[in-house]
Amino acid sequence: MEAIGLSFVDWIIIFIYFIFVLGIGFYLKRYTTSDEDFFLAGRKNSAWVAGLAFLSANLGALELLGMTGNTFKYGMYVAHFYWIGAIPAMLFLALYMMPFYYSSRIKSVPGYLKLRFDEKTRVLNAISFGFMTVLVSGINLYAMALVLHTFFGWNWDVSMWVSAATVAVYVSLSGLMSAIFTEIIQFFLIWFGLFLVTALGIIEIGSLQEIFNRIPEAYSTLWSTSSDPTQNGMLVTWGGIVLGLGFVLSFGYWTTDFLVVQRAFSAKDMRSARMAPVIASFFKMAMPFIVIFGGLIALVLSRDPNSGFHLLHDGGKVNYDSALPMLIARYYPSGLVGLGVTALLAGFMAGQAGNISAFNTVWTYDIYQSVINKKASSAHLLWMGRVATVAGVLISLVTAYWAKSMPTIMDYMQAIFSWVNAPLFATMLLGMFIKWITPNGAFWGLLAGMGSSFTLFLAVKFAWIEKSTITLSSVASDMAANFWRAWWAWLICFGVTIVVSLFTQKKPEKELVGLVKGLTQETVDQPVPLLRKPEFWAVISLIILVVFNIYFW
Amino acid sequence: MSKEMKIMKPIWYFVGLMLMTIGGIILITGLYHLFTPRASAKVLAELYPDIWWGGIMLLVGVVFFVLSLRAVAKQTKADR
Repeated sequence: MEAIGLSFVDWIIIFIYFIFVLGIGFYLKRYTTSDEDFFLAGRKNSAWVAGLAFLSANLGALELLGMTGNTFKYGMYVAHFYWIGAIPAMLFLALYMMPFYYSSRIKSVPGYLKLRFDEKTRVLNAISFGFMTVLVSGINLYAMALVLHTFFGWNWDVSMWVSAATVAVYVSLSGLMSAIFTEIIQFFLIWFGLFLVTALGIIEIGSLQEIFNRIPEAYSTLWSTSSDPTQNGMLVTWGGIVLGLGFVLSFGYWTTDFLVVQRAFSAKDMRSARMAPVIASFFKMAMPFIVIFGGLIALVLSRDPNSGFHLLHDGGKVNYDSALPMLIARYYPSGLVGLGVTALLAGFMAGQAGNISAFNTVWTYDIYQSVINKKASSAHLLWMGRVATVAGVLISLVTAYWAKSMPTIMDYMQAIFSWVNAPLFATMLLGMFIKWITPNGAFWGLLAGMGSSFTLFLAVKFAWIEKSTITLSSVASDMAANFWRAWWAWLICFGVTIVVSLFTQKKPEKELVGLVKGLTQETVDQPVPLLRKPEFWAVISLIILVVFNIYFW
Repeated sequence: MSKEMKIMKPIWYFVGLMLMTIGGIILITGLYHLFTPRASAKVLAELYPDIWWGGIMLLVGVVFFVLSLRAVAKQTKADR
């Protein structure tokens, strides 16, 4: 595999980015004096800062290389991850769940489980979340090493260790605030660094319509081939998309994953916290312009023998994740290459920083303070947060080597999410909206959901059962199996939670005030103009979502 | 904690600085290669994407930078 050379100017741009993020870490350290500053960025961010950070925390390796590569592999169906697989959940979080999260002044999602249920449910979720987070952080490291290896021919080990050390330094200096600052810088770098790739691709091919004309129907539509899995690139039915991705995986991730929700917690007031996911939803809907269209452009070019474009190969296998880097190499001259590479690096590093900042919070508050040292002072917790940051980075380094052996980054991510987030969403949904759900019901339901998801994963992986058994169709891709596994895990958690709750002791209602709908006074924002209401913008977002789905049907 | 320390520069200040710096470098590089053509041209090189894209980044960066400085100045005045 031939490495793409960088010019002196490209190196200067990459170097400037590293200096910037490290400099921000040192600059913000002086404002990080308490545990609340370190873990919650002082709860003083505007809706825009919280909203862009909310989105950017999700813009890691998954979004850039994984999604572009998967579009090459599966076609337009990958756009479901951005539309039905994100927007309804983000709006649900903003309108219905954020009032409970924000008004209870919790510091983490497991913290809510402690208040609503009990300590054992909190610790179970904290441990599984911590485990998942370092695994995902490892993916970011792997993806970063892939880019460095692809472009510069750098050694895998050196790439991973250098980037991990940088993240460890700036997150341990100022915690969530530096993670949020670098996430927002990353947001702008990604748009400026990668938007141009798609724009130039469309110019070269002729038009957006021409792109769709040149690819098979199975790759160019969003819903019209979803009734028969053999007719679409992802080999999935609409049922798998709606139930697995659109409902369970999406709601599980966007409404309960502390990595993203933590950014909304950093908002200065309730309205800002509710606006954060709504603002993020607009930019989330726009991301397919870069990653989905980028993947389709790569697909069109690779099908044209005269274009000279091809993806890289590793050991005889197509490396789908090389689609975006190869487009950058095709269009970008020196200077712009530096920007494109920096955008990718920023995406990976900010994604990793996001995972580590969520991990250090959950470890410190929900495991260390909850189980090991209940009387820890603010200064001690601040110290522990910094130690957890370094430890989290080291653990994620180990997981990065495991991530390298999976076929594509995206499949790996979805597998992990369906173990942890899918059942958790059932627990949260029942806990927030039904008052008779009991602590034991939540605990055993969560355990059963997580256990069943993991068991199904192993069963399919080692061929104990056929993939088609869980996907309810004769053919299915790994992605389809992930969607359906998430659905079954959610359903099992939902059912077990309800059944166990019917036979176990309930919490007194007075302890549930502010945590459960029906026992909580509806929080009404101060009278604000229509244009400042989260509900108004949520409706606009939903209308755009519907229009996109109809247009690309 | 001194008064100066209390006023933290907003994120938009850093965004502006970053876009200005990188945009400026890309624009200058593009202009340089306008007169000193590269040995091997990329696809669509005739559109000079580095020149106009670098210019747009620079402009956006200046807007963010100036607006954030004005916001900091306003905040400082209000605190006094």
